[in-house]
Amino acid sequence: MMVEITVDGRVLTVQAGQSLLEACLANDIYVPNLCHLPGMADPPASCRLCFVEVDGMPQPVTSCTVAVTGGLVARTDTPAVRRLQRSALRLLLSVHEVDCKNCPANKRCELQRLARFLKVGLKPKDLPAPRKTPAVDDTHPCFSFYPNRCVLCGKCVEACRRAPGETVMAFSRRGFETILYFDVNAAEAGRCENCQACVEICPVGALVMKAD
Amino acid sequence: MNPAESDTEAQLLKSLPEHLAPFGTERSNLIPILQMVQKHFSYLPAAAMEIVARHLDIPLAEVYGVATFYNQFRFTPPGRHPIKVCLGTACHVKGGDIILENFERKLGIRDGETTADREFSIERVACVGCCALAPVALVGETVHGNMAPSKIEGLFTRIQVEKEMAQRKKRENEPDA
Repeated sequence: MMVEITVDGRVLTVQAGQSLLEACLANDIYVPNLCHLPGMADPPASCRLCFVEVDGMPQPVTSCTVAVTGGLVARTDTPAVRRLQRSALRLLLSVHEVDCKNCPANKRCELQRLARFLKVGLKPKDLPAPRKTPAVDDTHPCFSFYPNRCVLCGKCVEACRRAPGETVMAFSRRGFETILYFDVNAAEAGRCENCQACVEICPVGALVMKAD
Repeated sequence: MNPAESDTEAQLLKSLPEHLAPFGTERSNLIPILQMVQKHFSYLPAAAMEIVARHLDIPLAEVYGVATFYNQFRFTPPGRHPIKVCLGTACHVKGGDIILENFERKLGIRDGETTADREFSIERVACVGCCALAPVALVGETVHGNMAPSKIEGLFTRIQVEKEMAQRKKRENEPDA
């Protein structure tokens, strides 16, 4: 069933039940987002970037977790929304090793794009910058993993889940120590041959194919 | 690991499917199963996690992800003398982190690890319940209160002496071979 919603004063006709974020993106209304992939049944809403204000809700909400209903009125660029998005991006950047010159994702990095859009400096001041060791994990046969570039968006884990064959990726540990884990034995047994789903989807260059 | 220990571990692994049988194959059983496995092995061996993943038909990566989330689970076998350094509020104020660091330096392992000979392991705990004795460390079941870096050397000497005494007693009780 199609319903009408209003976003930033524009009336859009969208599929009922679709997430508000997807409805906006499909109609060329950009809402910053990082952890979202189309067709997620249960969005993690972990990047905290896709905030919008919805009439009738006391606070901004993450648009990826709002299902559209007829008559919904939302605004994507209020000061409250931008403030939340800037804080979230600053926090994400604080755990990200900003060394764009030596990063393969330079110029196509989602963080660079978000920083430009939200007018946030790439090196946030006054925030601690925790770093993980070792800085490079070469144990996987196909790719190198750079934990300090990773912002834990979880897209690779989701991509691995969707790819044919056994899922070999997951997050391990927790808090600041949370780190991507991959089953090297399964990878060596051939699971990751011909599949680069995780490397292709990484928005920040944390997963890089090994040259062979 | 000495041969006897790896033998019992192999045996435990063999009997693991038996212990898994009472648990259903729903993924919600994962944590109770991991607790059961840790009770048997006193840690989570990689081979056991593989068996658990097959039992629940979920990826090994997911089992590992869940297990590492909780402090309760450990991935290295505890030493014969597990050392627990308290970092609760009182011990923290009294410099428990210095005690921990001294143990780590003395044994050459980090917190959460076990020495190569499996004699000692170090872990941090949050309050043992005797804050008046802060800073506190446990070696095995014995509580050592008012810990100081200078006491650590003596502690290991005592363990060594006790071990030698036990060996001598054993030799005396055994008929000559």
